Amino acid sequence: MKRCPLSRLEDLFAALAESYKLYIPTDGEKGSSFTLWSEGAEISRRLNTARPPKDFFFPQSEDLMGFKTHGQTVELVDLRTEKEDFALFGVRACDAESLNILDRVFLSEPGDSYYASRREKGVIFTLACNKPAETCFCTAFGIDPSRPGGDVSCIECGEYLYLEPLTQKGEAALERLSAVTEDCDSAEAEPQREKIAKTVSRLPLADLSTEGFGEGKTDELFSDERWAELSRCCIGCGSCTFVCPTCQCYDIKDFKNGSGVVRYRCWDSCMYSDFTKMSAGQPRTDQTSRFRQRFMHKLVYFPENNDGVFGCVGCGRCVAKCPVSMNIVKVMRTLGGKKDE
Amino acid sequence: MQKITEDLARRRAAELMRAGEISCLLGWKKGEFDYDVEPTVFYTPEEVERELVCNVFSAANLSKYLISLTRKAEGRVGILLKPCDSFSFNQLLTEHRFDRERVYALGLPCEGTVDTFLLKERVGEGIYSIKIKDGALEVETLSGEVKEIPLSEVYAERCLVCKSRRPVAYDEMLGEVTPDADEDRFAQVEKLESMTAEERYAFWQGELSRCIRCNACRNVCPACSCERCVFDNPTSGVETKAPSEDSFEEKMFHIIRAFHVAGRCTDCGECSRVCPERIPLHLLNRKFIKDINSFYGDYTAGAEVGSRAPLVSYTKDDPEPGQGGQK
Repeated sequence: MKRCPLSRLEDLFAALAESYKLYIPTDGEKGSSFTLWSEGAEISRRLNTARPPKDFFFPQSEDLMGFKTHGQTVELVDLRTEKEDFALFGVRACDAESLNILDRVFLSEPGDSYYASRREKGVIFTLACNKPAETCFCTAFGIDPSRPGGDVSCIECGEYLYLEPLTQKGEAALERLSAVTEDCDSAEAEPQREKIAKTVSRLPLADLSTEGFGEGKTDELFSDERWAELSRCCIGCGSCTFVCPTCQCYDIKDFKNGSGVVRYRCWDSCMYSDFTKMSAGQPRTDQTSRFRQRFMHKLVYFPENNDGVFGCVGCGRCVAKCPVSMNIVKVMRTLGGKKDE
Repeated sequence: MQKITEDLARRRAAELMRAGEISCLLGWKKGEFDYDVEPTVFYTPEEVERELVCNVFSAANLSKYLISLTRKAEGRVGILLKPCDSFSFNQLLTEHRFDRERVYALGLPCEGTVDTFLLKERVGEGIYSIKIKDGALEVETLSGEVKEIPLSEVYAERCLVCKSRRPVAYDEMLGEVTPDADEDRFAQVEKLESMTAEERYAFWQGELSRCIRCNACRNVCPACSCERCVFDNPTSGVETKAPSEDSFEEKMFHIIRAFHVAGRCTDCGECSRVCPERIPLHLLNRKFIKDINSFYGDYTAGAEVGSRAPLVSYTKDDPEPGQGGQK
């Protein structure tokens, strides 16, 4: 384990920026976002960014390829722009875990080369949550906010930032920071981890449990009558899906511009009426079935197909952003069981 | 909204339900946190008495739900209307979106609702509980600290410049009508107008570039009540989802929407309340309202049922197009 005095954080960023395009969460008036680091940029004091870091790997919209016609022939144009190596600093434990979930989708065969190349080029420095919020429930999904994942796991404790490499990529990145870091005993960060554990145990959503969900629950939950009540006030917007770090559905479209056709893909939302529309029509014709799909996917179908891993990381963005305050927490409370029951 | 109103609303709504005057009630109930108040439909008087919440966090405008609920529910639907929501109620009636006979409206006095983003910013850390006091919120944080936050610092912008605290539609009023706000509703629009075209473009570019096309603004909007939006039609030829980079379509989406609801928008501010990116969308609508007022004389959509909006009526005194509003 390495450590760097918090007073030298700026130097650490400068050193990182020499090898990578560095993004850190910074504060804006309307929220925080990952922005390209430049000298003097200050790291956000808010708990997390308004949008998850998903965009860096699976952007809301990206051009896949272009088509140009020359008489009788069609030329295929590769629109991929090779990206430089980049580093994200300050990713929270929930968001780091969300990338493992996206990996299961995009890296399983046949792999998605667009996503894969970004994952390859990105190195992730996570940061433990010293001050979780009331909307946090990552622990329900087995995530420890004091021991975030990623390539290098960081935690602020006392006067220092402690950095622990978790992958080879992370080790390579840390080697480049030797001028601003020094070796240390991993026990030094323990007091902070204990503090976090204490805070987390007192969070209002600490008792949330995945009991009642997961593999083999499809039949029982699909036909539950309470979906109608839960979805009654859902306005069918895509806020929850678009602020979600694990939502992975997309649409592929062709766009005709002046000089040809661009094929691009963009995020799609199961809340929308044209989601997965086929020649035979929409498989889900009312908001209740669309609503049910979103939560069944995260809490039942995804674990069913992915060794029991749930498709939610408890970041709480949907809890904070839903226009009508309906969210996965309320679904879990209504349809599931409580801890220790 | 005061505690006394909540007690009254619970009692009265439950009474109406027991008497069979209403079959259900559109209201709000508490969610996971004290500030987390969600719109809901109550079907039993017991639920109403136990769970109905009418306070500074009852921000959601319920009137749009009447369109679907009056079609589904049996008997009359009860609804709680804040003054600003009552304008939406009237506007929906003007557009024949629901049957007035099927609704029983309880008017609520209102001094403003809290912008929870502002509240969280002001508190600066996790919120454990909130007590609503006279003119202030007593917030207990996750670290155990107790902070007193004056309501005036966390009221939503739409409430600080509230167009009227006199409800324009109700069957009965619960409590006393509160005095109007005195801040100028168009001050922010004037600030935008005083910018140069480049500055204004940069302002909107900065705001709209954060749009994620979640459609929350459209779906919550009581003026956006089309059964099927053109943007939900994949064959319409317009980009229905996030377009490829550098497209101006997401900006066009908001501007087109503002045009579409011009003269019908009551300035309820729901679009900005629900925007996950906090884009001040209501300023587009408010600019249109201001222009309509100056071109055609003062007009407030939803102030009365059946009024003919300036943009859908013609008089010989109308200003000529291209004359900068000159008659």
